[in-house]
Amino acid sequence: MELTSPTDFAKDIVQSVQDYSLLAGRSLANLFRHPRYFADMMQQADLIGVGSLPIVVLTGTFTGAVLALNSAHTLERFGSLSLIGQLVSVGMVTELGPVLTGLMVAGRNSSGMASELGSMVVTEQIDAMRALGTDPTKKLITPRVISTIFMLFFLTIISDFVGLIGGGIVSSLMFGMDWHQYWSSAWQTLKFQDVFTGLLKPVLFGFIIATVGCYYGISARGGTQGVGRATTQAVVASSVLIIAVDFFATRLILSIFGYR
Amino acid sequence: MAAPPTAVENRLRTTEHIQSPVIAFEDVSIAFEANSVLEDISFHLNRGETKAIFGIAGSGKSTILKLAMGLVKPDSGRIDVLGNDITQMREEDLFELCRQIGMVFQESALFDSLTVRENVAFRLMEEHQISEEEIERRVRESLRFVELERTVDMFPSELSGGMRRRVAIARAIVTRPEILLYDSPTGGLDPVTSTTIIELIVKQRDVYKTSSLLVSHRLQDAFVMASHYFDRDKGRMLPLPPGARGDVPMTFLILRQGKIIFDGDIHELAHSKDEYIREYIS
Repeated sequence: MELTSPTDFAKDIVQSVQDYSLLAGRSLANLFRHPRYFADMMQQADLIGVGSLPIVVLTGTFTGAVLALNSAHTLERFGSLSLIGQLVSVGMVTELGPVLTGLMVAGRNSSGMASELGSMVVTEQIDAMRALGTDPTKKLITPRVISTIFMLFFLTIISDFVGLIGGGIVSSLMFGMDWHQYWSSAWQTLKFQDVFTGLLKPVLFGFIIATVGCYYGISARGGTQGVGRATTQAVVASSVLIIAVDFFATRLILSIFGYR
Repeated sequence: MAAPPTAVENRLRTTEHIQSPVIAFEDVSIAFEANSVLEDISFHLNRGETKAIFGIAGSGKSTILKLAMGLVKPDSGRIDVLGNDITQMREEDLFELCRQIGMVFQESALFDSLTVRENVAFRLMEEHQISEEEIERRVRESLRFVELERTVDMFPSELSGGMRRRVAIARAIVTRPEILLYDSPTGGLDPVTSTTIIELIVKQRDVYKTSSLLVSHRLQDAFVMASHYFDRDKGRMLPLPPGARGDVPMTFLILRQGKIIFDGDIHELAHSKDEYIREYIS
């Protein structure tokens, strides 16, 4: 294997960041340029949103349930089992709902976008699209970015909701907690900043998932092996970015609204 | 005896406006990662002319087509396409210009998730101003030209290599472009299918007078094109009569190590003294 000099390695990274930034910027700027591909957006929204619904519902339900299960034992020791609804609610809405939904959708769709666009690159379909006078960023990337942001927002709300239900089922069936008590404490503990945090994150994560997936897809080189590599890199990069951005977004929101 | 070949008449008609180049390369150079592919190459493609580009693998033939299409930018030099310097054009304007050019890719590059109808209609549908009926009529007309009307509802994966190449030609000509770029249209095909493709290219040249750049590894294809014309009455390709050989708007360009070593018609090629060219055409 040929070794790359540190200078070339640094240049490659800077070049990749530049290319990614340009692609991400154009994907949003295309919204203000003609033509806009609404039919493609709807098709992608169906693929990304409806297609991801089963895994998001399952993940959300079991996450809420396990959160209730783990926290119940600790809370029971202090005689504060009634706080379980609050804990599940804040945990799901601010953190686990957006992050786990983002990771699930990244695993499913970021890889899908990278492999689909990567295959189009290596079979010259992207060049053919350019040759036919169509801008691939408008036709292929912008619809994916907009649809992912839009659908992840609603998928996260669904995930939060089913997570609360999962937590409620565990609380009432395993710890004998009153369902109404659980639900009202879960509901009433939520503040504006919790909901704001929980709804801002999926917008950021959706943007990351789609732009990273499309970037690795459109940059794929080296035949089917290159497509496979791009797919793996897309999932890894988008997952890591989601977790990193989650930290910085949380820190920013806390600095604006203060701690609860 | 049949009337004199229409190609001779066509030739006369074509020479009237053959003076204006539709593609002009001026001192164009390009390198990929320190590997120089093309060095200061200059040539013109005149209106109505078909220019066949030859050279060994890696000599930069396909790069010339990608440069002409604006898919890659040269490191230096100027490329004029239909009077526009595409090296200075914004990407948005380049997409507009691309709509006047058709390209047939080496491996067809059909959109594999779309049917043949949707592939051929792609550019028409992108214009958003053409009625469904008009799109359907033009798609069928293009597919009839390549004799594949029956495949309209099939997917590219259901077609043979030759059929895919013909659908790619139908997609390229559906908007009646001023220029056609063919990247190894007969590469990897059997001789019978290759002849069918060459006949379609000759038909496009002689019937619609489309200016074309054709990249090929097969010299015999270009010789067939230079020695045949398309007879509209008979609906097939026929050999030119003795004496009229080469009397079609067809030229040859040979590349070697990133430079043009020959640019001329079949007579000049046949009488070339260059050893490399003689060896190449033998």
